Amino acid sequence: MFDGMQRRVVSLWFPRLASDRVLRARQVDGPFALTLAQNNANRIYCLNSAAEARGLYRGMTLSDARAFCPDLLTRSADLAEDARFLGSLRRWATRWCPWVGFEGHDGLVLNITGSAHLFGGEEAMLAAMRARLARAGLAVQIGQGETRGAAWARAHFGEGAALEDLPVAALRLGGETVTALQRMGLRTVGQLANSPRAPLARRFGAKLLLRLDQAFGQQPEQTSPEADPPHFGVRMTLPEPIGLEADVMAGARRLLERLCDKLRDQQSGARVLCLTLRRVDGDAQDVELRLARPLRDPARILPLFQRGVSELDAGFGIDQLRLEAVQVEPLPPEQVAHIRDHDPGRLDDLISRIGTRIGLENVQRFLPADSHIPERSFIIAPVAYSKPEKGWVRLRPRPIILFPPEPIAASGPRPPERFRWRRMTLTTGRVTGPERITPEWWLVDDAWQSGLRDYWRGGTRPGGRLWVFYTPQNPGWFVQGEFA
Amino acid sequence: MSPTLNTVYPLRAARVHEACGPAAVSFALRTAAQIGGDVIWLREQWLPERLNPAGFEGVEPDRLILAQTEDQTDTLAVAEEALRDGVAPLVVAQITRPISLTAGRRLQLAAKAGGTTGVCLIPDGMGSNAVETRWHCAPVFDADDSTLQQWDLIKNKSGTLGSWHVRWDAAARRVIVVSPAGE
Repeated sequence: MFDGMQRRVVSLWFPRLASDRVLRARQVDGPFALTLAQNNANRIYCLNSAAEARGLYRGMTLSDARAFCPDLLTRSADLAEDARFLGSLRRWATRWCPWVGFEGHDGLVLNITGSAHLFGGEEAMLAAMRARLARAGLAVQIGQGETRGAAWARAHFGEGAALEDLPVAALRLGGETVTALQRMGLRTVGQLANSPRAPLARRFGAKLLLRLDQAFGQQPEQTSPEADPPHFGVRMTLPEPIGLEADVMAGARRLLERLCDKLRDQQSGARVLCLTLRRVDGDAQDVELRLARPLRDPARILPLFQRGVSELDAGFGIDQLRLEAVQVEPLPPEQVAHIRDHDPGRLDDLISRIGTRIGLENVQRFLPADSHIPERSFIIAPVAYSKPEKGWVRLRPRPIILFPPEPIAASGPRPPERFRWRRMTLTTGRVTGPERITPEWWLVDDAWQSGLRDYWRGGTRPGGRLWVFYTPQNPGWFVQGEFA
Repeated sequence: MSPTLNTVYPLRAARVHEACGPAAVSFALRTAAQIGGDVIWLREQWLPERLNPAGFEGVEPDRLILAQTEDQTDTLAVAEEALRDGVAPLVVAQITRPISLTAGRRLQLAAKAGGTTGVCLIPDGMGSNAVETRWHCAPVFDADDSTLQQWDLIKNKSGTLGSWHVRWDAAARRVIVVSPAGE
């Protein structure tokens, strides 16, 4: 049996990942630092080598740093963007070997066992890594070893050094343990490995010996490669260009079936789909489809593409189709009930179809809101992104139509006997009120600048039941709505 | 002599009807309350008047789906789509410009295919000849009631015209006819 292959692990440490990421986009000559608000103080989160040379360090407050170095340029740190950047580095690193995992928030661990010879040996491979990362503008320290612990130690505390000569901090220990070990005179890993194990375990717990054994390979440790996130895109290349609508739809149907299989495996549903058709002349056309709810049923999605496909210009023919689920939402399988009062899917399909014409956000529904202000007593929300809500409270009669207040000529706190509104002369026959509504002072609303409102329901001759109000703080009369 | 209201109202299903006049919105909402089920309400975005769900009587606001269109072409296209689909038994479209005979006929065919009722709210005199009935609705002053309206049937494809004073019975959720008060 072949057992001569040794496990080889490479650890990449990016000591200035965050600032390098920002500086890649915008080159800065001179000291530069990223700041992060921690414990009510702006502290330096990451800094470039020029700033380090001026005596700045991580965790320093920004005001101190400014005093040391008045020409320091700073930006605020974006941790989420850093994590995304490390994710794309991880994806890049799979070019060297298939097993790549994260090492903390600023490093990667690669299990290069059996793949180094593809790049001309381990030394050549590491040199190529260094060259590529340097070209990308990233500072990196690379350590390799037979275990993950040894690789980490060399990356952080001396590339190529013997493990025994490294300080005890290279064993991935906490700060207190390191201090205590140093006080005991155990400064290097070698000294620690040669000292008796039982007193160490009693004094520092099992964690210290575990880390020691992991570094020397006596305890196993996985590199735990990250799985690639599922990709919801399929494509089809055609030997001969097609141009008929029916042919394109048939191609879309095949793609959709493959895509929906993927979605079913991931228990997801597509919310936004994009069908890209590449023409023979190299031009590409997109058909975007936004759905009223997540779907993965090809038979229901396919007809919704009809309208977009019919508007396309096929030119000299289409030779590649690509279908991607741009936005995906979880869609767990549902239990099928044999009693169902109505099919909710049909209404959603209709809304999707209407949405392809007028925009999905323009298909809306009313939701109740907690406010006495008539205009704010309800919310209008897109149907696709909201659920219907009950709980409409109707304490007092309200008009069925609201419009922006229209002034009428009148004075005094009682509704006028006769007034003109919309070029009609109306006589007030019966009034009910007033109902006083005060503005919500915690919200700034220009329409309510005139202060309190006294609302009256007025029945007028010849007809018309209007909702009029009087603003006692800035005297004036307005019509705001009509009753049924 | 006008026929009784119940020969023409509730509105004939699988047809498109029109309503005009100051109380047309109220007519559509009363029709929605009487038909039940989901309502698709089409309006153009720029219209300053807005429906106030807090004022609905007989219609649950969560049953109403509002589609805000850019212009009348979109309104008619979406109305045809919704009528033909048939999942919502009532489709209300707020019309702002005259509809051609072709457009009206297309709506009528879509309503027939889907088995749905369509109500177009039109400005006075902008209706289509393909419509089944056309109503003019106006509120009437009443000393002690606030739902009295006069409904005039001003076009009827399959019957005579008529005029009624109606009021909304909130408890029974239906429209009842009252005899007009003597002048």
